[in-house]
Amino acid sequence: MSNFEPTIIAFVCNWCTYTAADLAGTSRLTYPPNVRLIRMMCTGMVDPKYVIKALLEGADAVLISGCHPGDCHYINGNLKARRRVKLLKEILPRFGFDEARVKLTWIGASEGVDFAKTVKEMVSEVRELGPNRLKEQMVL
Amino acid sequence: MAKTGKMDVKGQPLLDALQAFFKTLLAEGRFSALLLPQHLPMKNAVMPTLVADPEKINGMDPFAPVFPINTAKMVSKLTRRPLDGRVAAVLRPCEIRAFIELVKLKQAGMEEVTLIGIDCLGAYSNVNYPRFAGNDGTQSTGRFLQTALSGGDTACEDFDLSSACKACEFPVSESADLALGFIGVDMEDHLILKAQTAKGEGLLKELNLPETEEPESRGRAVEELVNRRIEYRDRMFEETSRATADMQELSSYLANCVNCYNCRVACPVCYCKECVFVTDVFDHEPSQYLRWAKRKGIVKMPTDTVFYHLTRMAHMSTACIGCGQCSNACPNHVPVMELFRTVASFTQKAFDYQPGRSVDEEPPLSAFREGEFREITGGKD
Repeated sequence: MSNFEPTIIAFVCNWCTYTAADLAGTSRLTYPPNVRLIRMMCTGMVDPKYVIKALLEGADAVLISGCHPGDCHYINGNLKARRRVKLLKEILPRFGFDEARVKLTWIGASEGVDFAKTVKEMVSEVRELGPNRLKEQMVL
Repeated sequence: MAKTGKMDVKGQPLLDALQAFFKTLLAEGRFSALLLPQHLPMKNAVMPTLVADPEKINGMDPFAPVFPINTAKMVSKLTRRPLDGRVAAVLRPCEIRAFIELVKLKQAGMEEVTLIGIDCLGAYSNVNYPRFAGNDGTQSTGRFLQTALSGGDTACEDFDLSSACKACEFPVSESADLALGFIGVDMEDHLILKAQTAKGEGLLKELNLPETEEPESRGRAVEELVNRRIEYRDRMFEETSRATADMQELSSYLANCVNCYNCRVACPVCYCKECVFVTDVFDHEPSQYLRWAKRKGIVKMPTDTVFYHLTRMAHMSTACIGCGQCSNACPNHVPVMELFRTVASFTQKAFDYQPGRSVDEEPPLSAFREGEFREITGGKD
């Protein structure tokens, strides 16, 4: 377990969190390389299917991150994302997924430090949870 | 105070009294047509029929314990665009609740339809109803009402009412324009018609029926029935939760699923016009299957079974009205109703939402507010 390296799929919005990740990079901040960023135009277009698919395929956790409420480039996409994550957090734990495997955060374009910190924290949290067993198991 | 009218039965067979009543609805051009369940002339099968000719309702039997489809979908067909006429639809409580969800999803309209909700004691599945009714169509309905109302056992041979009905806490239509009630009412003498909306009140006034009060015995009888069903429902929730506590168990629960998607075809509130699972998105490249097989060493074909069911839960669970048509349509006896209702009980509670209660309550995933559900983002906003 000690050498378990979690894989985190992160859906990040183009305008805020992706830019923050970019800033973290240009600022030479370091954060664990366990996260695979998928740039979306808005967290409002993260379909619950994407999250479900990632977990069924064996991702250890999914991070969704976008603009702070009020800052959404499309006015309210992030508020829609919040309801969808709320929904997923009701459904997935019924089938044994720890709620902490799905995370929604707001990280603004200037918050590179916050992005690095969030990833660091999430990686250590998921390390505690252990691997998603579906990585090896057959899923119907 | 809701107005209640009295539909006299007095000695005549119940169905004759009902028939006479429904004929008056079609008389004098009150409605262009009635949507109500009838025994088909060619076979003892009960299906919703749209009747314009008052002489063609001889096979009607709204209390028959069968429920071939959720008729809300048919009312949606009639009302999603202007109908140029008025229709009265005779529906079970779960059909009315599904219809209200469809109205909110803009797939049905209320303007040209009057909802007549009947008390519902439950129904047998499509497979079991013919075994129950045999060839004696309407007589079997009488037999059923007698047994069910006297608190008798509705089970016969190796089958019983569908579990969805046994777990249903809505035997009475609270959102119908006009509720046609018989539970806790002296059926030999009369049925009651309770106006629950302005539209229902208007119709009741027009029909000029003698006024009456809801008998006290009705409240008690309904409460008793609901309590029995809630008890069954909660046991079902517990058993289903236990049987699907992790992904391996969920997989074994769904192991007989062949991805026919009948459950979502039958589902009245699975709202997508085109289901993503039949689009190009899931028309995978042949080599993709091979990659999947190589990654885990084995992949079940057809693929995406659990993915499909989880996605369906994300789509419809907040709107699930528990009619059980999913299980009714399943060719492989996967207890899908139990699963969907159990999950729905959690998602609906999370959004404090009761589907089918009112057109004024917005579906949880078509609305959003500032400053809500802050716990999701660790209190940050």
